[in-house]
Amino acid sequence: MRFMVLVKANKDSENGVMPDAKIMTDMGKYNEQLIKAGVLVAADGLRPSSHGKRVRFDGSNRTVIDGPFAETKELIAGYWVWQCKSLEEAVEWLKRAPFGGGVEIELRPIAEMADFADAPEFVKKQYQDAGKS
Amino acid sequence: MAYASRRVPADPHRAIEAVFRIEQAKLIAALTRLTRDVGRAEELAQDALVAALEQWPAAGVPENPGAWLMTAAKNRAFDSLRKNTLVERKHEDLARDERAREGIAPDLEQQLDDDVGDDLLRLVLISCHPVLSTEAQVALTLRLLGGLTVPEISRAFLTPETTIQQRIVRAKKTLADARVAFEVPRGEDLRARLTAVLRVIYLVFNEGYSATAGDDWLRPALCEDALRLGRMLAELTPREPEVLGLVALMELQASRARARVGPDGAPVLLFDQDRSRWDGLLIARGLAALERAQRLTDAPGPYQLQAGIAACHARARTPAETDWAAIVGLYSELARLNPSPVIELNRAVALSMLMGPQAGLTIVDALKNEPALEGYHLLPSVRADLLIKLGRLAEARDELTRAASLTQNAREKQLLIARRDGLG
Repeated sequence: MRFMVLVKANKDSENGVMPDAKIMTDMGKYNEQLIKAGVLVAADGLRPSSHGKRVRFDGSNRTVIDGPFAETKELIAGYWVWQCKSLEEAVEWLKRAPFGGGVEIELRPIAEMADFADAPEFVKKQYQDAGKS
Repeated sequence: MAYASRRVPADPHRAIEAVFRIEQAKLIAALTRLTRDVGRAEELAQDALVAALEQWPAAGVPENPGAWLMTAAKNRAFDSLRKNTLVERKHEDLARDERAREGIAPDLEQQLDDDVGDDLLRLVLISCHPVLSTEAQVALTLRLLGGLTVPEISRAFLTPETTIQQRIVRAKKTLADARVAFEVPRGEDLRARLTAVLRVIYLVFNEGYSATAGDDWLRPALCEDALRLGRMLAELTPREPEVLGLVALMELQASRARARVGPDGAPVLLFDQDRSRWDGLLIARGLAALERAQRLTDAPGPYQLQAGIAACHARARTPAETDWAAIVGLYSELARLNPSPVIELNRAVALSMLMGPQAGLTIVDALKNEPALEGYHLLPSVRADLLIKLGRLAEARDELTRAASLTQNAREKQLLIARRDGLG
């Protein structure tokens, strides 16, 4: 099973302030553990939302909105993709991450083909077509 | 790092078992160094799990669960050693216990971290030790390093639980009787031992990737177990090109898993696959591992060569863009290292794509009386493909019938029959 771990933005990440050396070292060690256990599939950090754009859809109109975006706590600052045996295992790995200070990190299973086994045909087709993009 | 109060999980037992699954390989590896007995080490690890299941639901999960489990298991180990000192023992055992005692530094955690890599590698090598049968190596590797339970292994290999359980018990006894050393050999000796490990991992992967029996064409969980073991091993032996070669091969093959199965569960062959459904992330990982292997050696081994072939397919956005000349070259090199009729059969397919069906058929016809391919469904299946391209449909029909009668996989059998009936 694969999981996406979503790290939300904060003031520092939005301002492009790098975490201090201690946090970077701890995070490096943590990532190393994930790699050694064969759990880590991918990881990336995102640039602050000031570098981003949004496109708003309204009928046939498309409006491009420049970052930064206001709702800092809802923004994504980075993600991991993990491969684990179960949701419980993924939760255990997440508990070991070196975060502090009231941070909440979200863990979401990535949808697999099998999740759609009982779905109506048109849903399966949509899922397959989505994979083609 | 302190955990908040909302740490009480909905089902504490499942959470504890998840902790144990993460820790158990390291636990068993360190305990094997201490006791020189894999079987005893696994028992001690299980005892620690039982203690955790008793204590954690009330007391909460400790801050460093791995160290807690290790301490619990080691205390247990020393308790039994102490009891043993009361009875008569051989000098040999005494000396070993002394060494073991010296091994418990006060700074237990630090010591664990330092030795974990070596211990794990030793455990991998023991699980795939040449005194064991391949079946035993597979079961022990999945049990001790993959963290699979006996029921999980039995489901994966469609083998009764009692059989798997016996296999593991016997394997541990064989290792104890043979007094197998807990060591990491060097240089060529290590390479030779790693060959067995790679074979076991790839066997597990293949059992998942093209299930040889049963109703499913693909058992993804087994592929994932093999991939994880491979990635783990690549971290333990980062300078071994064949380990990286195998990881590359598995990542690249796994990247096609989604496209290999149709919505109805039927297999989809390579050239009919929707390549946009290939997993770009796994392809990138596979190509990166292959590059690392290529930087380490100018003399690629069999896994690296097979990964090279898989990479040729992965890089082609359409079947027509496939670099068949490169693939034929890689198969020739593979056949030189490992002369085998199965590789020759694959080379025939590649050559037919490069030079036309007749060139392939000439090789395939030469393989017809090869005893190693007797009963191998891919021989008539490949021959049928080539005959269809040459317009020899009646012969092709017979070959497809033969192929369908030879395969053990229900899905594949259906596919072959459907192709035959589709020839009209």
